[in-house]
Amino acid sequence: MDNVAAAPLLPEVREAMMPFLKETFGNPQSLHSWGDGARDAIEEARQQVASLIGGVAEEIFFTSCGTESNNMAIKGMAKARAEKGKHIIISSIEHFSVMNSARTLEKEGFEITMVPVNSYGLVDPDEVVRSVRKDTVLVSIMHANGEVGTIEPIAEIAKKLPKDGPAFHTDAVASTGNIPINVKELGVHALSLAGNQFYGPRGSAALWVKRGVRILPLMDGGIQEGGRRPGTEDVSAIVGLGKAAEIAKTKIPEKSGRFIRLRDLLIEGVLGKIEHSILTGHPTQRLPNYASFCLRFIEGEGMLMLLDSNGIAAASGSACTSRALKASHVLLAMGISHEVSQGSMLFTLGLDNTEDDVAYVVEKLPQVVDRLRQMSPLYSKFIKEQTG
Amino acid sequence: MIVMPVYSEKVMQHFMNPHNVGEIADADGIGEIGNPVCGDMMTFYIKVKDNRLEDVKYKTFGCGAAIAVSSMVSDMVMGKTLEEALTVTPAMVAKELEGLPKNKFHCSNLGAQALRKAIKNYAIKNKIDIPGLTDQEEPEEEDEHACET
Repeated sequence: MDNVAAAPLLPEVREAMMPFLKETFGNPQSLHSWGDGARDAIEEARQQVASLIGGVAEEIFFTSCGTESNNMAIKGMAKARAEKGKHIIISSIEHFSVMNSARTLEKEGFEITMVPVNSYGLVDPDEVVRSVRKDTVLVSIMHANGEVGTIEPIAEIAKKLPKDGPAFHTDAVASTGNIPINVKELGVHALSLAGNQFYGPRGSAALWVKRGVRILPLMDGGIQEGGRRPGTEDVSAIVGLGKAAEIAKTKIPEKSGRFIRLRDLLIEGVLGKIEHSILTGHPTQRLPNYASFCLRFIEGEGMLMLLDSNGIAAASGSACTSRALKASHVLLAMGISHEVSQGSMLFTLGLDNTEDDVAYVVEKLPQVVDRLRQMSPLYSKFIKEQTG
Repeated sequence: MIVMPVYSEKVMQHFMNPHNVGEIADADGIGEIGNPVCGDMMTFYIKVKDNRLEDVKYKTFGCGAAIAVSSMVSDMVMGKTLEEALTVTPAMVAKELEGLPKNKFHCSNLGAQALRKAIKNYAIKNKIDIPGLTDQEEPEEEDEHACET
């Protein structure tokens, strides 16, 4: 149940891509019939992706990953407005691609304001508006958080931001394809999305930029993607993204209904069966496939290893599971202590998961937790304090 | 987000089946090291008879490596004289475990230090001097760079 880390490509997506890895290998920029086929396929994918988020085809720029889309949005939109001002607002739980893009701009003379989140991981729209200054040129708040699943009030923030004020970008990589998204309803100027979050190929992503909104390219090059994102197109990836978007659009209602049911079963089961466990993120305003917890007195990596030995894949935001050995900035920003964040556990449901899978996790996780707690000096101290 | 560590077979064996886990109610010495903020914490309990470690138990909060380290240390020193036990170093523990991931060497490898603290606790309580306890530089507390908070 670690589906957001890697999900299988849908067979229909793979089938759609195959011709572009085999016979239809033309360069879309070539003015001959081989090129025509590739060009038509890219434009169809552009339409499919635009349709998923309620945008217009020419507002879609294909990129190589969500990280690139976020880099392009933050750096490209901030720099395009640098003469107006050099102040940027982001939230404290953004993905590293947003966070670190902002930090890079900081070194180049921009000022960053990080708005806090509450214990559910929610940004307060009024706090965002209060942070806006005359020289604020860009606001970037994620649509949904990829660690706890909380969905941010993007439309409300957009409504409250001053007209003719800063450009507003949202990182919707975790949410696009999983919940309905309409850029007009959200009221944003730019939105990042990635195909691997909805059964498209890795290496396929896009940035939607509202018509008329200025953005500078990250790379200098030729005329591909209107010059905004030059470089020879990865036709098969783009076609795969388009197909995945088309399928996601029709499947979202059915899929999210099923996920919400399974997710809530899992949440109920874990919180009901394991003492001293908390749900991380918002109880209802969360992605349908996200069940995330902190289980006190123990550490995430040990849990992952024991779950793995039971055939269960999950993820954790504990310091020990991160390469940098640092606790998740998202959990800390939500006011969760270092100690409690060590017991972070994230399950993300996928299309293949069944009620039986959930029941199996609800059966096995308490055993794993109990086993590690029996070894934990923190737990024995806690019990001694409890019993006096 | 998740990076499943590549642990040696030995580490996996000790993690999946740790030896000597527990507490000793009437321990002769107790040593605690690390703190939960860093992510790893170990408490070692020892029972001493005729200058030998008659029993060694521990409780560990931490990653797979930290649990394996505790188990290995308890195996390595069980039945040894206090002097012998004090010669065990983190490097020796890592070697017995067929290696530890580089980034986890410091934060997870606290077992030898926790045991040393338990022996020190025993020495202080009994007002005795143990060769190897004082003449060696104390590798005090957790490695700072492993815990930036």
